[in-house]
Amino acid sequence: MTIAKLKIRQLRKTYGPVVALAGADLELPEGEFLTLLGPSGSGKTTLLMMIAGLVQPDSGEVWIGGKLATYAPPHRRDIGVVFQNYALFPHLSVFENIAFPLRMRGVPEAEIRREVKRVLEIVQLPDVGERLPRALSGGQQQRIALARCIVYRPSIVLMDEPLGALDKKLRDQMKLEIKRLHEELGITVLYVTHDQEEAMVMSDRICLMNNARIEQIGTPTDLYFRPKTVFAADFLGESNLIDATLERVDGGELELRTAGGAVIRTKGESSRAFARGDAIKFMVRPEMVSVLSSGATADNVVEGRVVDAILVGGVTKYYARLADGTLICATDLTRGPLPALVRDSPIRLGWPDTAGVVLPARELAA
Amino acid sequence: MSLAGDALATKKAAAYRPRPAWLRFWPIYPIVLFLLALFVYPVAQLLSLSALGPDGQLTTTHYERLFSVPVYVRVLWTTLEIAGWTTLLCIVGGYPVAYLLATTVRGTRNRLILWVLLPFWTSFLVRTFAWIVLLGRRGAINGVLQSLGITEAPLALLYNMTGVMVGMVHAMMPLAVLTMLSVMENIDRNLLPAASTLGARGGQAFWRIYFPLSLPGVAAAGLLVFITSLGFFITPALLGSPRETMITQVIIQQVEEMLNYPFAGAIAMLLLVTALVIFYLYDRALGMSTLAGAATAGQRGSEKRGLIGAAFGWVGGILTAVLGKLSDAIAIAWEKVMGGREDRPPLASGRLVLRIAVLLLLIFLAGPSFFIIPVSFTTEGFIEWPPQLFSMKWYAAILDHPQWIPAITRSLVVGFFTACLAMALGAPAAFFLARQRFWAKTAALAFILSPLILPRIIIAVALFYFYARVGLIGTEIGLVFGHTVLALPYVVITVMAVLRHYDQRLDHAAASLGASPPRVLWHVTIPLIRSGLIASFLFAFVTSFDELTIALFVSSGLATTLPKQMWDDAILKVSPTLAAVSTLLLLFVTIVILAAEVMQRRAAAKG
Repeated sequence: MTIAKLKIRQLRKTYGPVVALAGADLELPEGEFLTLLGPSGSGKTTLLMMIAGLVQPDSGEVWIGGKLATYAPPHRRDIGVVFQNYALFPHLSVFENIAFPLRMRGVPEAEIRREVKRVLEIVQLPDVGERLPRALSGGQQQRIALARCIVYRPSIVLMDEPLGALDKKLRDQMKLEIKRLHEELGITVLYVTHDQEEAMVMSDRICLMNNARIEQIGTPTDLYFRPKTVFAADFLGESNLIDATLERVDGGELELRTAGGAVIRTKGESSRAFARGDAIKFMVRPEMVSVLSSGATADNVVEGRVVDAILVGGVTKYYARLADGTLICATDLTRGPLPALVRDSPIRLGWPDTAGVVLPARELAA
Repeated sequence: MSLAGDALATKKAAAYRPRPAWLRFWPIYPIVLFLLALFVYPVAQLLSLSALGPDGQLTTTHYERLFSVPVYVRVLWTTLEIAGWTTLLCIVGGYPVAYLLATTVRGTRNRLILWVLLPFWTSFLVRTFAWIVLLGRRGAINGVLQSLGITEAPLALLYNMTGVMVGMVHAMMPLAVLTMLSVMENIDRNLLPAASTLGARGGQAFWRIYFPLSLPGVAAAGLLVFITSLGFFITPALLGSPRETMITQVIIQQVEEMLNYPFAGAIAMLLLVTALVIFYLYDRALGMSTLAGAATAGQRGSEKRGLIGAAFGWVGGILTAVLGKLSDAIAIAWEKVMGGREDRPPLASGRLVLRIAVLLLLIFLAGPSFFIIPVSFTTEGFIEWPPQLFSMKWYAAILDHPQWIPAITRSLVVGFFTACLAMALGAPAAFFLARQRFWAKTAALAFILSPLILPRIIIAVALFYFYARVGLIGTEIGLVFGHTVLALPYVVITVMAVLRHYDQRLDHAAASLGASPPRVLWHVTIPLIRSGLIASFLFAFVTSFDELTIALFVSSGLATTLPKQMWDDAILKVSPTLAAVSTLLLLFVTIVILAAEVMQRRAAAKG
């Protein structure tokens, strides 16, 4: 059994009447890449800052590398933080920036030289040691900030929206770069972002946060295919949400009736026990929904009227409105020019009975 | 298609041709011409006078006398000594204040900075009188010490080096704080947390990261305080003894008592050369750009530094490492005593010590002026603590006296017209300097700011000599011109600062919507920066309203300004009338400053 590199127990923080984090629990095994994902104000940065020791919690416990560290000062925590704007020391050369944590630990000069050289090679910038940080591009500064953080092999590396300041192309490149570093070096990473794509690409697990609470923790696949709440379903990827009532519960098989009167059948494990008559929301991803040509059929079929068809690029999106007013989106790979669809003409949409998820209609207090 | 149409088109096209280069510079011509006529020419004349004999031939007589008579060399040495100590104390005392202001939350910062700004803009004379009330033999401090039985005889705090140092440090510390603050506010607030997560204790983080980055501010503050202190005469004259005579006092004496302009010119030249040498050394070590606060802290490359700079860097590196270790050793010892624990929030003891120190410093800065208020209601005929209350007779004395009311009126009028003229000359130049790029921009800015750097006494004596020949002595217009020379740098700096935060895309938007440049200015730019403009108008006004040096020479015996009248009175006898005048002045300046501050905040809120 390995000791969790990081353990959070009932960590809580309030600013006056505002609850910034309402009792969070979290565990991070060695070598894992966990992302705190959520909209701004969801408490993810507060949580990160409390782990770093830069914000003091009201109550709860933080364990780092098996040691209690709730109120330990940052310099004794054995953590590394990559800040959003990098926080490179502008008056020190790149070499001295990376050497800083080693000097603070009294590492001998020869070893400092060796270690700095090593990490500069890891981040693929071996020749910039003598330069000042501002002489480097944004992406290079980002790499140096990473190098400065991994050079002293901290228990955990915390990253606070590190790609926020980069442009899209560089961001995509750095995403893969960080993932590579994580895999090659086996470091334990806690990453904060509001960008779901970043979270999906890099994480082993995602901790979705909302309203100062942890909404759901799981692998990217888990969160995408088995969201437990409407928020989770809506935040990650695109979703069609349909109001419905439970008509019949039969083991793993559920039968629903939508507000418009259509019947939906769905199978598969459910996170919660539902009873007959419960008001629920039914979620199905647009890419699972297909436009049915006349004569074709599917497990579930709904009828509506065409609202719009948009060629986005690699995919084409079809929007249809059901009789009860619900807007449904179906995504299909673009295989040719946009088909000629007449607005308000009838359209049939279908999806397999394993594609949907049944969610509680109202957010339940955790 | 006709020939006439063609001609019209050609004419129209001609109108869109770029204006010739010399015409594009029009916004800075008035200010440059003004400064050439009323600053450069008079000063150059005064200085050249020092090298001329009675018949206009070149001579070194005055300079020989300057260095052969021991008293002048001694006065120069005393001046350097006083300025040096003032600088050191202002930096040591001002640094914690600036540091706390730069690192605290914004609301607290805005509230605290008023207590630095208030003394900054309160009249030097008022503040100096305050110290007479506090430090005198029968002053507040001696009174308290004796009534508590700590001392039996009154301590000699006034009319000696102690009095001068207290007065000078008090006068200059706000400047030091504000200069250092402007650099510290540009230091990324994440750097200290970053250093601590990388394993640095508070001491190491401060000395290795924060302190080196704040150093340009410290150096700039040191330079400004030192240069300004060199030209002081109010404080040593009122709080010191003849032994603390400073070089400016000798210049005044030569002009007023001996009417020896060439020799005054020679002393002025000595003062100027001293200032220039200091500037030169500063520039070699740190670069002039840090002065303007334009460069963010630590933005200069190490490769650009000269030999002196490199030496500074090397010594500095060792020093900061040692200081870091030392402060951490203290912190570790403290922790051992207090016992830091992982399961309990730590006490923020370091921050608490800082807060208390800053509180005491702010009381030192803002407190003394208030001691004047009760003294102005005394029934006695001299200044004493605690005052015998309550009488309004000193306020009545102001009204009865033939000089006070005209002096106050004159100061208000001169202040108003100075502010108007300074805005008319300075604002267009500020717009131009803030928005255009041209090769001589730095030089032009340095030229406009130079009256701020040159010791005031040189400008004053130079203007006196110049005015004597063109018949401007004792005129209001002469005062307005002189004060405008001093106010222009402030106007240009503040307007440029406002424009730096102005989003010029708004102007572009207005222009693309069809507004001509004057209409853009009138309908968009000016309404948006109005508060900033009013604030800089008020600063120009206060600069003139509080000005003594030029008034001392340029206003004649009968037509005095308020500070001149106060000075004349103080030289004769420090009476409670002065306390009454000072109280009124304090009230007035406080209102103006609060108004300007509110304006600026409103401007900031808009920007």
